[in-house]
Amino acid sequence: MRRTAYLLSAWTLVLAACGPAAQPAAPTSAPAAAQPTAAAAAKPTTAPAAAATTAPAAAATTAPAAAATTAPAAAAKPTEAAKPAAGGRGAGAMLKILYWQAPTILNSHLAQGTKDYDAARLVIEPLAAAGPDGKPVPLLAAEVPTVDNGGVSKDLKTVTWKLKPGIKWSDGSDFTADDVVFTYQYMSDEKTAATDSEQAEGVESVTAKDPTTVVVTWKEPNPNPYQLFVSGQSNIIQKKQFQDFMGEKAKDAPGNLKPIGTGPYKVTEFKPGDVVTYEINDQYRDKDKPFFKTVQLKGGGDATSAARAVFQTGDFDYGWNLQVESQVLTQLQQGGKGDMITATSGNVERLLINFADPNAQGDQRGEPTTKHPFFSDLNVRKAFAMAVDRKSMADQLYGVAGKPTCNIVTAPEAVVSKNTDTMDVCKYDVAAANKMLDDAGWAKGSDGIRAKGGVKMSVIYQTTVNPLRQKEQDIVKKGWEQLGVQVELKSVDAGVFFSSDAGNPDTAGHFFTDVEMYTNGPEQPDTTNYLAGWLTSKIAQKSNEWRLSNYHRWSNADYDQLYNQLTKETDQAKRNDLVIKMNDMLVSQVVVIPLVARASPVSGKSKQLQGNQPNPWDSELWNVADWTKAP
Amino acid sequence: MGRFIVRRLILAVPTLLMISFVLFAVLSLAPGDPLSQFAANPAVPPEVRENIKRSLGLDQPWPIRYVKWLLSMVQGDWGFSFGSRIPVWELLKLRIPSTLAVVGTAYLVSLVLAVPIGIVSALRQYSLMDHVATTLAFIGFSLPTFFTGLLLIITFSVKLQMLPFIYDSTLQVRDMDTLAAQLKQSIMPIAVLALFQTATVVRYTRASVLENLPLDYVRTARSKGLAQPTVIGRHVVRNSLIPVVTLVALSAPTVFSGALITEQIFRVPGIGALLINSIQNSDTPVVMAITFTFSVLVVLFNLLADVIYGVLDPRIRYD
Repeated sequence: MRRTAYLLSAWTLVLAACGPAAQPAAPTSAPAAAQPTAAAAAKPTTAPAAAATTAPAAAATTAPAAAATTAPAAAAKPTEAAKPAAGGRGAGAMLKILYWQAPTILNSHLAQGTKDYDAARLVIEPLAAAGPDGKPVPLLAAEVPTVDNGGVSKDLKTVTWKLKPGIKWSDGSDFTADDVVFTYQYMSDEKTAATDSEQAEGVESVTAKDPTTVVVTWKEPNPNPYQLFVSGQSNIIQKKQFQDFMGEKAKDAPGNLKPIGTGPYKVTEFKPGDVVTYEINDQYRDKDKPFFKTVQLKGGGDATSAARAVFQTGDFDYGWNLQVESQVLTQLQQGGKGDMITATSGNVERLLINFADPNAQGDQRGEPTTKHPFFSDLNVRKAFAMAVDRKSMADQLYGVAGKPTCNIVTAPEAVVSKNTDTMDVCKYDVAAANKMLDDAGWAKGSDGIRAKGGVKMSVIYQTTVNPLRQKEQDIVKKGWEQLGVQVELKSVDAGVFFSSDAGNPDTAGHFFTDVEMYTNGPEQPDTTNYLAGWLTSKIAQKSNEWRLSNYHRWSNADYDQLYNQLTKETDQAKRNDLVIKMNDMLVSQVVVIPLVARASPVSGKSKQLQGNQPNPWDSELWNVADWTKAP
Repeated sequence: MGRFIVRRLILAVPTLLMISFVLFAVLSLAPGDPLSQFAANPAVPPEVRENIKRSLGLDQPWPIRYVKWLLSMVQGDWGFSFGSRIPVWELLKLRIPSTLAVVGTAYLVSLVLAVPIGIVSALRQYSLMDHVATTLAFIGFSLPTFFTGLLLIITFSVKLQMLPFIYDSTLQVRDMDTLAAQLKQSIMPIAVLALFQTATVVRYTRASVLENLPLDYVRTARSKGLAQPTVIGRHVVRNSLIPVVTLVALSAPTVFSGALITEQIFRVPGIGALLINSIQNSDTPVVMAITFTFSVLVVLFNLLADVIYGVLDPRIRYD
């Protein structure tokens, strides 16, 4: 008896070790349902709000590099014009924000996800925010540097930031250019292992010319002068607080949990993985803001019950990322206490076509030297694209959270192609698709599956494990089966799918299937880096451990040529044309089948809460200082 | 008895070593890493992710990491959390109060309710009270906590708007108002957990008492003229409680590990919620600390159960 009990308990232990991994799925399906955004959500900066109503129309049609050469004043307008907090500083009681992922660290340079960036953003700020229209809005900077005002040099190699004078840290000490220089040194130190170190990539030096002037010098001409110190990632931290904690010592900094900042709030208490409470930073530069005396940012739980807390019970004023199934959401919204806040982002749920042969043997598997047995034929790819019902997918599965799209660049508005609407490959037409396959010589066999020259038209279609994505798979599968294609669905744990593990054949980078699906988008309003993902030089293969971003193994000299032009072009109108051309090429060549342009943020707010400006390019709490609440 | 305890404690060492090894191996070989959240984020390219992994020491093979972990563990250093970059122990310290307040209370409530109900329902077998208790026990036993939790939330939070369903750990009990608020926010998670645990213990107690009632020693006690309370209290209950004690002792460590699902539903920042999040984020040091402490507790409580056996049943000898 005793022995059995003992053995039993030992067994429970092992269960306890392996059990929980599976368990979280049990309580509610919601956290998983909301996961597709994890990829998107991890990006504090995504595409600009084409739909954002606050931006003046003229401003919304120019892209970031244009801001470098034209109208900075227009860019600054939307927030300057934001109405002042009714009643002034501290007139409101507590602002209650609910995140279903809990922040674990408040130093955004060591952040592990959106939750951390957002929670940090109330305290520490970048020099300029990325506004809803994708253009910088000065925060600590006195103005946004452009070529016109001389802030950006003509050769696009140096950017001079003028800082607002008289800004103080929440501990009362002066904020100076030295803090900005230090922040660069901190985040670019490889030993610090900052998650935003990529923003400092390509920087030659950052120097302080005088206490209010910072000069950023790039190694190469950079068409995106706002790569560093703009938007929710490269926030400025205080030199005094962090100077002894650079490199390997980064983890020991007490400031990681309680950074001193220049933002509207300071941290009163932080329980990692649970809750952050903030109070007004008395030193904040705008004497009328913020409106709320205190802020509580509670983390944990799941998206569905977060929506319930905002829409039904009204316990919380703001709920982050409430992307649950649209029917469930509609039902919860009938609670009548809140509204959704969304804006179209540059994140696109897409199908990737494999140009290499995923079934080749041994070391040749999926190598760019091999050729896909049928996707190498453009007509076949076209037929596949035309059998995808993206509208049903967006309407039924996404609702407010996404719109059907046939573009791979969906923001900023100025670079969104209008040409794709009329393309054949963008029409949902199963009959025409069938005809194309007939014409291409792919005949249906007795089993209803098309074949040609002994090759059966059979595809394996992979994505991450996620209820929403599995439903998307079903919709796509249904369409392809009507073409006489055999479709095998595969789903991989997101942790594995997106990992960089060279030894794991199931990652998105290995792409050892015929088709795969996930969301991606430009992380900054400038799309240059994003479009680099289809270059011949970026093909993912064994020799680079599948680390590069061209998972398709697609290679096209014309596309590479266009990209080269884009990196050198400084005229904004010409840049926009190039981006549109590249987008059209990717779509018409069916390298990728765009499905849904996703919204970001997809959050909920109480009806009384005012002043929110949905902004897909920056933290969604970017203008929290402007938020107010009606009684 | 003393020798027995010492022997068992010595035996526990290889057991715990084995357990820690298996745990570490499972965690290391499981897919995913702390940076997987960033995977599809072009702002954090693979080189940056590799660099972060290196800074966390994840570039070394897992057997080496295990030995390092073990050595520092023995010296009392539990490592630091990958997510918060603070010592694991600091993180656990933040969680223990909420866990004890909710899971611990639920545990006590269920014991206080279950044992008397179990005994009475056995003594009055097939009475109305027994039927009610048995039915409720079956319901409590069969309904998963995520379902009862949701049911309570919809009834008391959404429809009646009486109770908050999001636990506020920043609440400090200072006066009657805050005490009331604390009670209001704890009552649902405690009720959900207590219902489940009470049901289990009631079934055990009832079965065990029923088993003992017809035995010879009970008849002897009655025939020598002892009063009913004495027969039940001194003889039946004492003997019947032996299996219950095992159950209670073996489930006591779960108070520490927290209630995984219930904590998630009500957003109670307990150890269970920490464990789930740490597993999702592959925060190995935190997961190891929690699961290993749990292992130690299970081993200790096993020993405790055995010792109490001896106290309750003198026939059991340990030499």
